[in-house]
Amino acid sequence: MNPILAFYRSSIGRKWVVAITGLVLFGFVIGHMLGNLQMFWGPDQINSYAVHLRDLGPLLWIVRIVLLTCFVLHIQCTIALARANRAARPEKYAYYATKQASKASRTMIVSGLIVLSFVLFHLMHFTFGWIDARNANLHEAAQDPLLGPGRHDVYRMVIAGFNHWPVSFFYLLGIGLLCWHLSHGFASVFQTLGLRNHRVEGFLRWTSGGLAALVFLGYCAIPLAVMTGILTDTNHPFGTPEQHPDAGHGAKTAAAVAR
Amino acid sequence: MTSTNGHSQTLETDQPGAAQRHGGKVMRFHLKIWRQANPQSAGRMVDYEIDNVPTAASFLEMLDILNERLVARGEDPIEHDSDCREGICGTCSLTINGIPHGGQRGSATCQLHMRTFRDGDTIYVEPWRARPFPVIKDLVIDRAAFDRIIQAGGFITARTGSAPEANALPVPKVAADLAMDAAACIGCGACVAACKNSSAMLFTAAKIAHLNYLPQGQAEKDTRVLNMVRQMDKEGFGGCTNQYECSAVCPKEIDAAFIAKMNREYALASLKDITTGLGSAVD
Repeated sequence: MNPILAFYRSSIGRKWVVAITGLVLFGFVIGHMLGNLQMFWGPDQINSYAVHLRDLGPLLWIVRIVLLTCFVLHIQCTIALARANRAARPEKYAYYATKQASKASRTMIVSGLIVLSFVLFHLMHFTFGWIDARNANLHEAAQDPLLGPGRHDVYRMVIAGFNHWPVSFFYLLGIGLLCWHLSHGFASVFQTLGLRNHRVEGFLRWTSGGLAALVFLGYCAIPLAVMTGILTDTNHPFGTPEQHPDAGHGAKTAAAVAR
Repeated sequence: MTSTNGHSQTLETDQPGAAQRHGGKVMRFHLKIWRQANPQSAGRMVDYEIDNVPTAASFLEMLDILNERLVARGEDPIEHDSDCREGICGTCSLTINGIPHGGQRGSATCQLHMRTFRDGDTIYVEPWRARPFPVIKDLVIDRAAFDRIIQAGGFITARTGSAPEANALPVPKVAADLAMDAAACIGCGACVAACKNSSAMLFTAAKIAHLNYLPQGQAEKDTRVLNMVRQMDKEGFGGCTNQYECSAVCPKEIDAAFIAKMNREYALASLKDITTGLGSAVD
């Protein structure tokens, strides 16, 4: 058999693919969180960040293709592994018990599949704007009317999105399960890549739990801040109002455009 | 009761008061035991009540007592594997209340004593559950899949004849210790039985590591890991999901870090196979 194919089809080869793609996706989760947290610095900060991302052009598409490939491979390999794992035990134990396996480690496929549905919802919600079409296409007030509408107003799109409590609740649930998934997944990467031993075992366990908790707090901060009124169209803790005097005005203009 | 001869003891305990005469206490248990006539037939859990079990009896001696009584009643005894009864051979293989070898840290079923249970407990006794370990009868399973993994690479190729001078080949102390830790594996299969995926990675990793750490194992290091992992997959064992249940039930407490080593060596050997080709030895 072709040695590349043999590696890819072996149990350990598939685990390598899951670990490496998982690590790439974890990197994205961290980067995306840091980007999102700019919400707390107000519309100018996050909207110009969005413009910077769009301006990456072909580079943005390369990142998107790499992420999508990792996403598909991660799911394809874990499903193949899970099927083989189920097939390896046709007769179940009458008495089920474990000695130490964490709940997160025993529900990776379930948490993973719910996170998948959450990611699809998230893309439809904020990227494609299919869920809430009225708020998906907001723009800042034009600096110069001759140049057309201003920057895409990510800030108010997010505020409007999280003002619906069922949506915010689904986000909290999705992020919670993602972090549950990461709490086992992050440490597992090191075991699969052969980098775990006695000396780093405890460190990896704590880092894995700590990073999952940090990611949870970082992502949940935004919907929670919107629902509690800390983040509103005109109010954001770290931004200075002088920098973007058009924030309130922009809302009215965009609402008028939407109508 | 300190005798190693289970049978003479069990016959005595059948007589009322025998255990008391030895100065011990007796216990009573509700047992639920897997009975299966042959590999083809469907098995089921069967209930047994057993009393007058000395607290000093081991789990296997308790089964001996039960079997003596079943035979006396004209019933088929419960088939189960055992050999050395001192935790070094890896023959006994019972899943007790869902945990292979019963959950006592670093011990095999034969070293588990009835005094660790409470009087009147209900105890589930099942065989190892894995597709590559088919049940032969009752609690006896076929572990030949492990033998085939060993045949695929768990050896070194050496010239037969006079043994070389032992001190001619220096072995670093750390390597010798790690190789010895891995070589402690007795191949009982509890790792497979405990894993929710019936994965044999702890066994295979230990067998690879104990040779790959040593200078004698270096020549076939890469082909060993490729061949043994491929055989492991071929037998139908599942994959590791890094829960380390295997290590937690292992009577020899083999470390799951050996699996990390196997993962690393398998990837490196595959890379060598892809770039330079390890030859037709690997298929």
